[in-house]
Amino acid sequence: MAILVGDDTRLVVQGITGRDGSFHTLQMMEYGTAVVAGVTPGKGGQTFEGPDGAGVPIFNSVDEAVAETGANTSVVYVPPAFAASAIEEAVDAEISLVVAITEGIPVQDMARAHAFARDHGARVLGPNCPGVISPGKAKVGIIPGNIVTPGPVGVISRSGTLTYEAVVHLTNAGVGQTTCVGIGGDTLIGTNFVDVLEAFADDGDTEAIVMIGEIGGTDEQEAAQWVQENLDIPVVGFIAGQTAPPGRRMGHAGAIISGSSGTAEEKMKAFEESGIAVAKRPVDIVGLIQSALSA
Amino acid sequence: MDIHEYQAKEILRASGIPVPPGEIATTPDEAVAIAEAYGGTVVVKAQVHSGGRGKAGGVKLAATTSEVREHAENILGMTISGFTVGKVLVTPAEDIDTEAYVGVLIDRKAQAATFIVSAEGGIDIEEVAHSDPDAIHRLTVDPRYGLMRHQAYGLANSLYEDPALVKQAAKIIHQLYAAFTSSGASMIEINPLIVTVAGEVKAIDAKMSLDDSELFRHPALLEYRDLSAEPAAETKAREANLSYVKLDGNVGCCVNGAGLAMATMDLVKYYGGEPANFLDIGGSSDPEKVISALEIITSDSNVKVILINIFGGITRCDDVARGIVEATTRIDIEPPIVIRLTGTNDKEGLAILAEAGFSAFSSMDDVVERGVEMAKAG
Repeated sequence: MAILVGDDTRLVVQGITGRDGSFHTLQMMEYGTAVVAGVTPGKGGQTFEGPDGAGVPIFNSVDEAVAETGANTSVVYVPPAFAASAIEEAVDAEISLVVAITEGIPVQDMARAHAFARDHGARVLGPNCPGVISPGKAKVGIIPGNIVTPGPVGVISRSGTLTYEAVVHLTNAGVGQTTCVGIGGDTLIGTNFVDVLEAFADDGDTEAIVMIGEIGGTDEQEAAQWVQENLDIPVVGFIAGQTAPPGRRMGHAGAIISGSSGTAEEKMKAFEESGIAVAKRPVDIVGLIQSALSA
Repeated sequence: MDIHEYQAKEILRASGIPVPPGEIATTPDEAVAIAEAYGGTVVVKAQVHSGGRGKAGGVKLAATTSEVREHAENILGMTISGFTVGKVLVTPAEDIDTEAYVGVLIDRKAQAATFIVSAEGGIDIEEVAHSDPDAIHRLTVDPRYGLMRHQAYGLANSLYEDPALVKQAAKIIHQLYAAFTSSGASMIEINPLIVTVAGEVKAIDAKMSLDDSELFRHPALLEYRDLSAEPAAETKAREANLSYVKLDGNVGCCVNGAGLAMATMDLVKYYGGEPANFLDIGGSSDPEKVISALEIITSDSNVKVILINIFGGITRCDDVARGIVEATTRIDIEPPIVIRLTGTNDKEGLAILAEAGFSAFSSMDDVVERGVEMAKAG
């Protein structure tokens, strides 16, 4: 099994003709993902040239793409000014999972897009995230396909490249993954640690979880509490930013609302108190996961 | 982007919120001239991107011309939380009866703009939140409907009992929400929101942060950027679309992705070194960015070694490699460079580096350990 994406994924790429969109569509197709449609307004009727002569039809809207191809998942490479609108369009077309790669989307745009997605029961992953990959099944986003391998470990991370760093150590040590999920680093993200932990808990094949956090906010602390109260598979954690300078304060309001400064120390302590083994370096995740799996 | 109090007040005034007048002085003479024009007692306020100005001695009441001069002389040039004061706001003093707090910001958990208000405003608002949480009232605004009239009144009712004051406060809260959405803010804080002895509700201090991602929609607000409030290297980084924060160590770090950049700094420390900076070249793959990054790192004379750690995803290793090679021919880079390059298009990237005589590590631990060694030796 796997979570979020897998053998049933039928993907529409929003922004398929852009520099990043086209490059990563090729990579997703080479990995074996079923890319069934692309959307670029004004380029409907054209065909995207995939690897080995495979063509992907391009539509003007997600609505048309869904009607014609039965797409159920979307990935967004649309530039920041229009990306929230692209997410809303996908949600309106009844796409159930929208993976938003775009970095730098205005936060107030995303407040509306997330509210719209919640109302329609759609899941948004990201934005400003690397996407999700279920090794051997489907890759949606930009996580390099050659660093993952199928196996029993679920990976969740707020970061992009740090996820790759952790995953490549697992793969090199022969520890495969069910699914690797990058939830994104923006202020407003559609899917948080707890959402992904719940999915892994229900997955059946995920035997241990790697959770990679960073400084800022309180998502990691809440995830730690959820793990302690609900999860019976082992979790290994890593927090980036132990040497980072103290972050920018959002006036008094930020401190009042979170009740926390979100330091690495605070988060590592929350992990440890919830029975999550904390790795000092990314490479140390491997040893901790191996002993968790063999316990 | 943080803006100054006087700039935030301009935005609030433009949305109709009662804000006392005020003008900016950069010299004691200017401060005196402004105070004389207002007549009566004025407040001289340091304009820096930091809280705690009052506690640092950067806000002073001045009843006479000589007091204005004295305070302006003291405050101009003062350092508050690392920022040097270059401007003071001179504003007529108000006869204050009560002080309340009104803030609005994007709340991660509620995923929307959220108001925080308290009848007990002033400099100790965080202490109030701690010791008397019931004195703090919150309201999350549904972005689909905006702030509704009864909600604004609900917040205002928690601030005041007098219906005349409630009415004024509800109007201000509405205007504040309009300012928040129309300027693409991530935080606006009025502290204190005062009631004058004459019974008028006014905003006499304001703090505001704008969402960097939305600034492209508000070119007029870009004028508010104060380049003197950030180090030159950070200005250059921002213009090149990089995130850079200078630190005190000697291992210059150039990494893609904020999480990996922080993990790299942590690893430098783990191996006994000290990072010279945080630098994230971001998720795009433009060779020019790498060149700018190397220019910024080498502008720090503490840097003994440049550590490049790239794990390609949306960033392509061949683009980064081209940037490194191009940078070394275009600019004079004195410190040695150690490179780790892996991920998307790494074979092409490594070939470009090899041709130019660079070798690269494939593991992050190896490159960091080597970089720290060289920094210590150099």
